[in-house]
Amino acid sequence: MKVYLTDMEGKEHELEATEDWTLMEIIREGGVPILAQCGGSCACATCHVYVDPAWKSKLPEPNEEEVGMLDGAFDVTPDSRLACQIVFTKDLDGLRVKLATGSV
Amino acid sequence: MTEPQETYQTDAVIIGAGPTGLFSVFELGLNDIKCAVVDILDKPGGQCGELYPEKPIYDIPAVPMCTGAELTERLLEQIKPFAPTFHLGQMAESLIKLPEGKWRLTTDTGAVIESRLVVIAAGGGSFTPKRPPIKDIEQYEGKSVFYSVRKKDKFRGKNIVIAGGGDSALDWALNLQSIAKRITLVHRRDEFRAAPDSVGKMRALVAEGKMDLKIANFAEVKGEQGQVRSVTLVDDAKNAVDIPCDAILAFYGLTMKLGPVANFGIALQDNLIPVNTADFETSVPTVFAVGDINTYPGKMKLILSGFHEAALMAKKAFTYIHPDRRYRFQYTTSSSDIKGKLGVDKNVTQDHK
Repeated sequence: MKVYLTDMEGKEHELEATEDWTLMEIIREGGVPILAQCGGSCACATCHVYVDPAWKSKLPEPNEEEVGMLDGAFDVTPDSRLACQIVFTKDLDGLRVKLATGSV
Repeated sequence: MTEPQETYQTDAVIIGAGPTGLFSVFELGLNDIKCAVVDILDKPGGQCGELYPEKPIYDIPAVPMCTGAELTERLLEQIKPFAPTFHLGQMAESLIKLPEGKWRLTTDTGAVIESRLVVIAAGGGSFTPKRPPIKDIEQYEGKSVFYSVRKKDKFRGKNIVIAGGGDSALDWALNLQSIAKRITLVHRRDEFRAAPDSVGKMRALVAEGKMDLKIANFAEVKGEQGQVRSVTLVDDAKNAVDIPCDAILAFYGLTMKLGPVANFGIALQDNLIPVNTADFETSVPTVFAVGDINTYPGKMKLILSGFHEAALMAKKAFTYIHPDRRYRFQYTTSSSDIKGKLGVDKNVTQDHK
């Protein structure tokens, strides 16, 4: 399974995805630098990504904690998510995301 | 930097009051090494206190669950017998070696601490305010763009834009309301994670027309020579609006940056400090690095790794501070020497066995 990640320079990376891992872990394991300072506990907003609008409907809605934590991110849009809160499932094979401000 | 204050003398200065820094006080204390602890935050706890005080931690040995705040409280209780001095709310800014072999650490508030040993337990680095990614914002910082309020009076009679949706933003919006000319609160959504009482007060002021609330993101700052004149806000529908202002207060929380430690003359590798795993000493003798900030083959960034590292670090530290004494390996359960240091009742401990 794959994730297609666009970095801050606009370069696309094809990442190997593992079921049940978070998107943050998949990005980190794929060798693309991502701050993720709190290590995935939804406490810092430094794994901010933009999910391709075409994929948004496949993702569960962010919970209140994640939406709240996005208050500490910049350039937040309706496509903003925290990568540590997206758990990868088979349905997400081919997911397209973009690293957002404050994550590198 | 402000004027130098008095100079503190100690055996070891610990940079970072997170769990590893606090437990270092304990391990060093058992080895008769006195400590001073410096932290940029105004309270001990490090990431545990700042990022996840309420979040449960499940991998502290023999503690099935505790929160970051509880872990900090328990560590503070555990190190109490060793009475470390805390230098909080200040950043370790420079470290120089004195001719007699001591270290002199100066903080950004001017405190000077002299010690034989330095223990860097700085985790992910210094917590510093997140800066909005706005072009040229640096030129306004400290002049008309601020991330904290040091002197309220500076804001008297000003048009202030306050950004953020948490307690800091709300508290200062309410606090400065009476002295500011006009306050515009800017937040990305019409929900606030601040105390409900503060949110209620803010909404009332907005309803009365005494405060402005804009649901938008910062896009641009305009001004000259460090003085802002206006900010451009853009909402989700991409509508832009210019708000004239004299000062901006931005409260987006904190992020970690390695900071001045990078200039201490210690070898670094990818912003981490390489150490050897026998004693956690850095490339510079008498300077140690423990916890998340160090790196070595097999390193795992766990609190329990930091605890283990602190114990081995303290053993080596003993040889520097007490070169005339033989290192004595002792168990806290049986050593009357240690019980004396901890001030615990011998009988109680024996019953416990």
